[in-house]
Amino acid sequence: MATSTIERPRVATTTASKPRKHAQGLGARMKKNWQLYAMLALPLIWLAIFAYWPMYGAIIAFKDYNVIDGIIGSRWVGLKHFERFAESYQFWRLIKNTLVLHGYELLVTFPLPIILALGLNLARRRWYRRSVQMITYAPHFISTVVVVGLIVVLVDPNTGVLNQFLGLFGVGPVEVLSNPDWFRHLYVWSAAWQTMGFSAIIYLAALTSVSPEQHEAAIVDGASRLRRVWHVDLPAIRPVAVILLILNIGSILSVGFEKVLLLQNPLNLQTSEVIDTYVYKLGFVSQIPQFSYAAAIGLFRSLVGLVLLVVANTLARRFAKSSLW
Amino acid sequence: MTTTQAAPERDSDDYLPAAVKETRADRVVLICNYTALGLFSLAVLYPLVYVLSAAFSEPKNVQSGEVWLWPVGLSLESFRSIFDYDGIVRGFGNSVVYAIGGALLATVLTLLAAYPLSRRDLPGKGLILGLFLFTMMFNGGLIPNYLVVDRTGLLDTRWAMILPTAMAVWNVIITRTYFQTTIPEELHESARVDGCSDIGFFWRVVLPLSKPIIAVNLLFYAVAQWNSWFNALIYLTSEHLFPLQLVLRQILVQSNVDPSQVRDVAELLRMKELQEQLKFSLIVIATIPPLLVYPFVQKHFVKGAMVGSLKG
Repeated sequence: MATSTIERPRVATTTASKPRKHAQGLGARMKKNWQLYAMLALPLIWLAIFAYWPMYGAIIAFKDYNVIDGIIGSRWVGLKHFERFAESYQFWRLIKNTLVLHGYELLVTFPLPIILALGLNLARRRWYRRSVQMITYAPHFISTVVVVGLIVVLVDPNTGVLNQFLGLFGVGPVEVLSNPDWFRHLYVWSAAWQTMGFSAIIYLAALTSVSPEQHEAAIVDGASRLRRVWHVDLPAIRPVAVILLILNIGSILSVGFEKVLLLQNPLNLQTSEVIDTYVYKLGFVSQIPQFSYAAAIGLFRSLVGLVLLVVANTLARRFAKSSLW
Repeated sequence: MTTTQAAPERDSDDYLPAAVKETRADRVVLICNYTALGLFSLAVLYPLVYVLSAAFSEPKNVQSGEVWLWPVGLSLESFRSIFDYDGIVRGFGNSVVYAIGGALLATVLTLLAAYPLSRRDLPGKGLILGLFLFTMMFNGGLIPNYLVVDRTGLLDTRWAMILPTAMAVWNVIITRTYFQTTIPEELHESARVDGCSDIGFFWRVVLPLSKPIIAVNLLFYAVAQWNSWFNALIYLTSEHLFPLQLVLRQILVQSNVDPSQVRDVAELLRMKELQEQLKFSLIVIATIPPLLVYPFVQKHFVKGAMVGSLKG
């Protein structure tokens, strides 16, 4: 390694004695830290190619992209693709499906980890809480494909355990996967099953910052256990909860797309077609790939997500006194 | 693992001083809580236990619905047929390559990005950090990403699985926070006085002190890579490159057993018979590698992730 680059002691002592003041000009400081920039080089190149180049490439949403002319050479068409999307019969259905699905998901998967964390925090018997934790966050490591495979075998109309259970009550076999009414429940509750335990970790960490004195003081004042959960534990996790909520709202249009695609079939499209699956189909499944149109819809989704994030953050800063920035 | 000095885990049930007696209502709340947690864990556990039992049962007992909790008529038949299906074995091998290669590359990039950004004296740090953070809020989208992979010539190569997902900004942030909280400024100052360069300090001091966060990164990236399938779906067309998850999708989700992947006809017939059963054993096999990682995760991941995300 290049450890032979010994800096002159003079430089070292001046900066060591005055660490806060910029004794040197920017150029000199940059030169002194050249090795740090060298370390950053590879990550920045990666960022340029795989994050910022696609952002630049998103301009094809305003062009009629074709393979021969490439991104730069293709003809500008302004907002044509956006207008076409806004006027298409798919527009409101996609917006509605996306919002309802992720709204429902948020409604379930946001409060559940908080409740689980509060419950675990209340249960002080070590072996018990350890076991509950071990069990509840195991599903986090299972892949989306396997989770959907699991759903498929569990709800299978002939052999699945769900229908055998219903059969005990004389309820005939239910076709779950091909039923649009079931799609959202399957999606949301399997997400809850998979993520709840792991999401609770961060709240449990926040709960460790509650000092025992607060609880003792509350006990002396005669607070019941539930009251202490409400007035001592819950305020302790509020800042973390607000930040996670903001992040969730910001990604409300985009998360979980892979599972939607796996659970989707021609029979449940009515509720399962969301913006991202539609973009995927336009770009990769349809006979004539419509890259520009698909990119325009994707860009629309990204922009709306960004706006939602900013709005949620502003609201949080004003009303909950904690925010991302 | 959730303990700190502030809230020691104890086997007693509360902070109650000995003199204060627990009320009846509190007792009820406590019992309800224990019961709810228990039922809840059972609900999470049940699908996993059921699949495990079904995989080890005699196929006809699964079909007829006799299996609901424990294996009925022990049989390893369905596991045997997995190994006769070429796609699965090859996919397993590919996934191992992608997971190990991807994890190594991604961890190196993450460490290289996180250390300079953790240094307070780096000129332009705010700007560079901003470049990283912005990508968490906004991205070009599916189609432009695909076009980049196409233009760089990665399409339908193993690199397409590894390079585009090689760095997660969230991990950079967590790793950076780890450096900021565990590597004291004084250590760097004294190393510098002794004539140690930045790279030398990173190599000889920072990395040896950062084993937990390196482990966290490796595990995180390896599991993410192992579980991913969508990039393979759009970037790969040659079947011999497919990762396990994509093969699983064909069999588990699309119920599609490809006859050309099976060596002989008798085997194929047996497989048709076993097709439902195959799903159970496949789920078990595919879940084992990530779960092997689980004990390490208990030890390092939770702590590392907590330090990173809370103090960030």
